[in-house]
Order: sequence, then C-alpha cells, then structure tokens
Amino acid sequence: MKREKEMKRKRWQTTILLAVIIVVTYVSIAITEFNVLTGITAIPQAIGWMFSHLLITQESLAKLPSILEKLNETIFMSIAATTTAAAVSIFLGLMGSKTTRVSNVLSVLARFIASFSRNIPVVAWALILLLSFGQNSMTGYLALFVGTVGFLTRAFIESIDEVSGSAVEALTATGATYFQIVNKAVIPQSLPQMISWILFMIETNIRSATLVGILTGTGIGYIFDLYYKTMDYNTVALVTFTIVITVIAIEMASNYIRKVIL
Amino acid sequence: MEAASQSTYIKRKRDGRIRIKSGNKAERVMQGTILSFIILTAIAFIIFDYSGLHLISAVQETMYNLYVMFLQPGLSHFGWGEALFQVSMTLGLAVLSTVFGAVIALFLALMAATNLSNKGLTKTVRIIVAFIRAVPTVLWVLIFAIAAGLGSEAAVLGMLFHSVAYLVKAFSEAFEEVDPGIIEALRATGSSWWHIVTHAVIPSTFTYLLSWTFLRFEINFTVAVAMGAAAGAGGIGFELFMASGFYFDLREVGFITYAILVVAILLEIISTQLKNRLFPAAATQ
Repeated sequence: MKREKEMKRKRWQTTILLAVIIVVTYVSIAITEFNVLTGITAIPQAIGWMFSHLLITQESLAKLPSILEKLNETIFMSIAATTTAAAVSIFLGLMGSKTTRVSNVLSVLARFIASFSRNIPVVAWALILLLSFGQNSMTGYLALFVGTVGFLTRAFIESIDEVSGSAVEALTATGATYFQIVNKAVIPQSLPQMISWILFMIETNIRSATLVGILTGTGIGYIFDLYYKTMDYNTVALVTFTIVITVIAIEMASNYIRKVIL
Repeated sequence: MEAASQSTYIKRKRDGRIRIKSGNKAERVMQGTILSFIILTAIAFIIFDYSGLHLISAVQETMYNLYVMFLQPGLSHFGWGEALFQVSMTLGLAVLSTVFGAVIALFLALMAATNLSNKGLTKTVRIIVAFIRAVPTVLWVLIFAIAAGLGSEAAVLGMLFHSVAYLVKAFSEAFEEVDPGIIEALRATGSSWWHIVTHAVIPSTFTYLLSWTFLRFEINFTVAVAMGAAAGAGGIGFELFMASGFYFDLREVGFITYAILVVAILLEIISTQLKNRLFPAAATQ
C-alpha cells in the first residue's frame, strides 16, 4: 500500500516535471522568436550547403603553413593557460578543501575566488582584457587562465576532499607537519585525478581558445574569422578540419594517459 | 628460506639503499605528462606574440577598468526592463538547445549504448558524435548562420549540435551501467526492445539523465552568452559585446557582467541542490 502510494507520487512528479519543461520551452520559443519550421528546414539545407561549399581545394591548401602557425599559437596558449592555472588552483584547492584548510577565512576566500572567476564567462573576461591588453596572445592567455582557475579549483577541492580524509588523519596522529602532510599524502593521492582534470581542461580550452580568438583577433579563431568574413569557404573548411584533427588527437592522447594513471 | 630470498628481487638505488617507491608504468606516465606540461608551457611563453603589449600599463589599466566595472556598475544604453529581456532571451536560447538536444540525444544514445544496440551502429554513432564535438560550438553557429541567416535559429541549431554530441556520450554511458540482469530478465519474458527501453532502461537511469541535462543547461547558458558576443546571436552576450567593443562603456559592461554572474550562480546552486536531492547517497559521502 505504502509502495503503491510512493509510485503514484513519483508518477505525478514526473508528469509535473514534463509539463514544466514543455511550458518553459514554449515560453522560450516566444521570447527568442524561434521559428520551428525554419529551424527544421535549415538542418538539411545547412548540411547540403556544407557538402557543396566546405571543400578543401588545392588553392586553400597553399594557405596551410600560415594556418598551422596560428593553430600552433592557439594550442600553446591553451596548454600554458591550463598548466599555470593548475599551479594556482592546487594552492587554492588546498586552501579551500575541508581536510587541508589552514583557516576558515582563507577557505571562504578561495571558494569565492573560484566561484567568481568560473561563473563569469570566458567571453566576458576576453572582452574586458582586450580593452587594455590589446590584440596579442597575452589577452587570450589571461582570459583562458582566469576561467580555468575557477574550474580547476572547484575540481581540485573535490578530488582532495574525496581522496585524503583518512590519510590526513593518520599523518596528523603521527605528528607530521602541515607541509609533510600535503607533500606526502594529499598531493600524491590526488595527483592522478588532478592530471585527469588538467587534460580535460586543455581539451576544453582549445575549443574556447577558438572563440576567444575570434573576439581578440589572435590564433586560429582570427584566421577562421578572416576567411569567414571574406567568404573564402574552402579555407574555412581547411581551418575547421585542422581544429577537428587537433582536438581529436589531444582527446586520444589524454584518454591513453587517463587509462594508464587512473 | 634461502630460496625465498633468492626469488624475491629487491630494487635498489645506486648506493645500495632499497627503493621504497616502485617505478611502475602509471608513475612514469604521470611524471612524463607533468614534465611535458612544464616544457610546453615554457615554449609557449617564448613563442607568444607580445606585439603592442606594455605589461605594466596594461595591468594598471585593467585594474582601473575592473574597479570601474565592479564598483560603479550602471546602465546607459538600455533600461532595466530591456536588460531583463535580454537575459531571458539568452536563457531562452539555452533552454531550446538543451531541450531539443536532450530529446535527440536520448534516441541517439540508445543507438550508441553497447548493451542496447549492435556493434556497427554503435561505432557509427560514436564516430559522428566525436566529430561533431571536436568542432567548436561557435564554428557550428557561424556555419548554420550562412544557411539559416543570422538569428535565433542559427544559434539554437549550432548549440544544439554540440549539446547532442555531449549528451549522447553522457547518456550512453549511463545506459551501459544498467544492471544487465534486469535486461536479461525482461528479455526472458519475451519483451520487445522497445519494452526494455521504456520499462527498464529509462526509468532506472532517469535521474542521471535529468542531472546531466541540467548540467548541460548550465553550460549552454554560458555558451549562449558567448554566441551572442561572437556570432551576433542576440541576447545579453550581444549587449556585452556592444558595450565593450563599440561604446567602451565600462559601467555598462560591469552591469551586464553582474547580471550574467547572478544567473550563472543561481543555476549552479539549483544544479547542486538537484544533485543532492536526486543522489542523497553521493552527497553525504
């Protein structure tokens, strides 16, 4: 009897949830003036257009060296932003974690910095920094850096909390100093998790770097925007293709590393 | 006794001390990864393009800009009502791409799960999804903008593509974790594939699907802001782009940034609450 009631309640909950989703969707369609018909017909249209226009030709291949140079810049930018952000995030993570915090004030501060930099989109950071840093690699690097610090700090706090509760307690009982505890227990135990998060962030950052590049005029995003605006779609196809290859290659490398270390 | 001491091989350092850490493969790979991170970062800082950068004055200027933005926010080109409308427009784009994306992803994920589909189909879906995911969202939106014209359709479709790819991966992994015993039991009673899906697979993974979808909604809000700024898709992102790139109105940039921050933090809180309610076991751990 009790079970039956519970099931009935669950069914009601699901129905209400679905109704809410439908209403929200309907409201969104009205606000954004989304035309469902245009939307549906655009898909085959767009795919047809892609196959007929986005072709890599001999002519566009001649531009490959300059594209690769910019792509290089983007890759290095995302890696540098991720690793330097990771170094800062380890520190903030140690401050923010329940098991390794030094003081409550610092812990709250670390969490606040993380939440603040994570929840302001990378685009906003890029536009703000562009005003005074100008069009160069530093702008993109800093925008990615700030966003990555926010994300990685949250991830590191979670991995440290998850992994090191009992180990920290054991080492504290032996009279180990704070530095020894962190160095011998917390970092070694959460390192595989952290590397996994860093790899994930490098992948994400290469994609975001394209977006930041369009706004700040650097790297592969700039090249894409340039050819897109001059309607040289063959080169656009080549640029997209190089990005796809890069992202998939990095994904495969990090999958391999993850498989070995986790 | 003698045999035992001979058969165990003890790794020693060069000076004869016993190695405490064994150098296994995982450790070597980890050290190699960290080392290559450091080297690549060093190279990156050397090859960066520093043209037109005056670091000290740029940092000072940014500090001043941040000060104006965050301590004196204000609106000059549009009012509160308009700001609210633009935020809801961005939220609307995120809702549409998430809801449509989740529905499409549900079907594709059923095809991509190894325990519910045949090998050939699984592989095909996975390769297509990996390809779609590798192209940045902004490029999808720009490509769709050529076919559908600039506007909400192009933005939603572009974001939709990426959401589908993301959710198919998450959903199919959830489906694969369904207890094989349940599926076997239903199969033994003679239920069809469709019955297994609607009565066993979806009910037992529903909460997971919901929390992944909401997580994607959170991401899509940020993406929608970005699409407004970089692809002219409208919404608060476009206003942000105009305020910083055309009007150079720092106080307005500050106001818009606050608006985005408030919505993003609200979504994060809802998402955490939802996760705690749906998975109480995971939250108490």
